[in-house]
Amino acid sequence: MGLLSNKNKAILVDPLSKNNPVIVQMLGVCSALAVTSKLEPSIVMAISVTAVVAFANVIISLLRNTIPNRIRIIVQLVVVAALVTIVSEVLKAFAYDVNKQLSVFVGLIITNCILMGRLEAFALGNGPWESFLDGVGNGLGYGLILIIIGFFRELLGSGTLLGIQVIPQIFYDLGYVNNGLMILPPMALIVVAVIIWVHRSRNKELQED
Amino acid sequence: MGEMLSIFARSIFVENMIFAYYLGMCSYLAVSKNVKTALGLGVAVTFILVCTLPINYMLENYVLKEGALTWLGPQYAEVNLSFLSLIIFIAIIASFVQLVEMIVEKYAPALYSSLGIFLPLIAVNCAILGGSLFMQQKAFLNVGEATVYGLGSGIGWLLAIIGMAAIREKLAYSEIPKPLKGLGMAFIITGLMGIGFMCFSGLKI
Repeated sequence: MGLLSNKNKAILVDPLSKNNPVIVQMLGVCSALAVTSKLEPSIVMAISVTAVVAFANVIISLLRNTIPNRIRIIVQLVVVAALVTIVSEVLKAFAYDVNKQLSVFVGLIITNCILMGRLEAFALGNGPWESFLDGVGNGLGYGLILIIIGFFRELLGSGTLLGIQVIPQIFYDLGYVNNGLMILPPMALIVVAVIIWVHRSRNKELQED
Repeated sequence: MGEMLSIFARSIFVENMIFAYYLGMCSYLAVSKNVKTALGLGVAVTFILVCTLPINYMLENYVLKEGALTWLGPQYAEVNLSFLSLIIFIAIIASFVQLVEMIVEKYAPALYSSLGIFLPLIAVNCAILGGSLFMQQKAFLNVGEATVYGLGSGIGWLLAIIGMAAIREKLAYSEIPKPLKGLGMAFIITGLMGIGFMCFSGLKI
């Protein structure tokens, strides 16, 4: 059995589309909406969450046979809170501006449902390596959605990508106007709804009756 | 007093936890299928917010902040424990939720069984930790203001989830394109409600 057997590959790839944490499992919705008004914070958030989910999964998976069942939620919260504290200190040191934009949402990674969901559903019953792959897969699936939302909101809302002007000046001269509504919070929800719509039209088995 | 009223009204309408910051979306989407359970969860969330915010405020100002330990003696003026705030806040919240869970189980078993898994999950409801983190950011003047902020944001959350549940109950009878059914439609409705709530954003009290 290699490190990437078929089963492990499925663990890694499934969360990207068929079992995506945000649009299928409905986990981690809060932060996916709040940080995506620009592309850059979306990418930083995606990386932070991936790192935290992957390592929290590994740690809990290593501890899974020693944690008493009754207090497991508190143990999980402490492990996650410690990891998030590290991420938040690193961001403060190396990416202060982005950290300011993300404000409370770095701390809120602790209560990101993806973490608790994956820890409960996967890491408590599987070995460290599978858990690590599951964490990376779910982190990437979450990041993918964040980046799609961030891309469209920044492009249509400010006409920029990563802060660089991409819509040429000539468009503005001809009367093109940025859609200010895209920057505002409610549009994030509607962008997610459109993503769900497209995704579910392609994957008929996910549709609800 | 006027200041407190303003914090109260702002936290319900202008800085609504769901429509302005999308906090607590997970349980908001999962539990908003009927009005009765939505009401139960909303009340529980409000209660926990009102209880944990003052405690976390005291901890923040008398233990964690830079120079907060001076009441122990002048040699502690340099100590800054704010990097511990995330762990302390979540520990307080988790233990409080545990406490509430035990009390509800003992004295209101009917409510306990109707809330089911969502009662312990309040511990990881982003709105609660978010409340504490915003409290830290806003630097309130005293415990009273922090408590009022907790009450206001709890009521804001309660209003949002009840409104959503009421709309979703009616929605069962409407024809929606298949891929949008359920989750997709819930997002669009929340977005539209959010646009509605934006009209409060110019409110000055």
